[in-house]
Amino acid sequence: MIAIDNLSVSFGAVQALRDVTFRAETGQITAVLGANGAGKTTLLRTVSGLKEPKSGTIAMDGQALVHRKTEDIARMGVGHVPEGRGVIGEFTVEENLRLGAMTAKVNLKSGLEEQYDQFPVLGERRKQHAAKLSGGERQMLAMARALIAKPSVLLLDEPSLGLAPLVTAQLMHTIRSLCETNDLTVILVEQNASSALRIAHRAVVLHVGHVVANDEASVVAGDENLRQYYLGLVE
Amino acid sequence: MDAFLTSRIIADVLGGLTNGVIYGMVALSLVLIWRSTGVLNFAQGAMPMFATYVGFALLSYHFGYWACAVAALIVGLAVGGLTERLVVRGLYGKPEINPIVVMVGFLIVLEAVAAAIWSSFPRSLPSPFSSIDWQLGGHPVSLSPFTVYEIGASIVVMLLVAALFRFTNLGLQLRASALAPEVSRLLGVRVGRLLTLGWMLSTAVGVVTTILVSSNFFTGLTPQVNDGIFAFGFIAAAVGGLESPVGAIVAGVSLGIILQFVQDYLNSNAQIIVALVVLIVALMVRPNGVFTKSSLRRV
Repeated sequence: MIAIDNLSVSFGAVQALRDVTFRAETGQITAVLGANGAGKTTLLRTVSGLKEPKSGTIAMDGQALVHRKTEDIARMGVGHVPEGRGVIGEFTVEENLRLGAMTAKVNLKSGLEEQYDQFPVLGERRKQHAAKLSGGERQMLAMARALIAKPSVLLLDEPSLGLAPLVTAQLMHTIRSLCETNDLTVILVEQNASSALRIAHRAVVLHVGHVVANDEASVVAGDENLRQYYLGLVE
Repeated sequence: MDAFLTSRIIADVLGGLTNGVIYGMVALSLVLIWRSTGVLNFAQGAMPMFATYVGFALLSYHFGYWACAVAALIVGLAVGGLTERLVVRGLYGKPEINPIVVMVGFLIVLEAVAAAIWSSFPRSLPSPFSSIDWQLGGHPVSLSPFTVYEIGASIVVMLLVAALFRFTNLGLQLRASALAPEVSRLLGVRVGRLLTLGWMLSTAVGVVTTILVSSNFFTGLTPQVNDGIFAFGFIAAAVGGLESPVGAIVAGVSLGIILQFVQDYLNSNAQIIVALVVLIVALMVRPNGVFTKSSLRRV
């Protein structure tokens, strides 16, 4: 579980997050929704230690994450798939996965087999440079690279960005089943609110750094005001 | 066949190869540091020079050539690591001119300190190999046990560096840290430590070239031993493209051979002029380097 309490983050005079408080439960997908500039990416970067908060706390199963180094947070079991996926194009598919497995104490061979079972297309292209993959395949690789380290928390930043609707639907289905089979705590940041709400258990809506809603995903999805004013979902 | 082997052209190619592998190694070290830390290390020659002096100070205590060489390598690793931690670390992410100014200053300081401690007179390192050319049918072949040692050691070091980067987990992490530092950290890679290691390795490679050059009976070790080599290595790195390790080596070897012909058919003073002409022409035709694939640079 990830517990975020009264988290405030600023870039100079600009406050990106103000008093953000919510819980992301184990075995559940918590969607974080909102328009561009709402602070979604900043939230994930702060959890991973890439950005220092001004105040507030972040805890994973009771252990404080604030003030730790990014690489230590990763080694504690937080997998972060950044915006734009962060696949290393100059590396082959397998080298990307090896890099993911390296710092975690996992068996490389069985880890690779597991990911190739989960994402067969990666197995077929294991020797290819990641730059040659399609957008959807890169997203699979980025997720597989995070999963091979057996994280307990998975942070996904805009995984649907740039993907065709059909690919997005498949991806969301994969995220849901990964969460359930591995008992993962997933924080899913998305601009594509309707796709995210279809698979999420809970949803947090951010608006210029504030939490304006924090409820069951079905409740958020059914709230006309939220849909219209914050999520841009008009029937 | 004998006439061919002893011909002037072959002599120039072999002589050029000997210098070229050294330029290639200097260029390689520059490229590795540039790619991983965005610093053009103008002290790339001075740091290993200093380490070589320290290592070979053991000669006075009756240690042999190889023991001193190992000591110099260890000192080189330490000099590289300490420089990264104490001098360079504060410069990351600053405008490119800042590290250039600091590293040029560091170069001057190291050369001055070395001259103050060990004087500027050439100090010959007792090479275990003869510099006298082999003979073939009564004619010298421009190849001596020493040049074979020089070329062989350079190739072994280059292969070791290539194998480290290509086949080991450590190499994969070093490359990842250089290509995508933030993503690497998100995967738990300790990027800061790897950058220190990168500086240690590149200084150790520099120590190998310094030992090879100073073991040559005709040059010896001086505080400025690497100045000329650094200039040619730098030109090779710029011609090959600062982003391309293979380009650096190929450009270094080619430059060495071209300059040997210049020395033989014109004179040795023309070498630096020709090298600069090669640089200008190469940069006019391919501003990002001959071996760099795209015109985009990481910023």
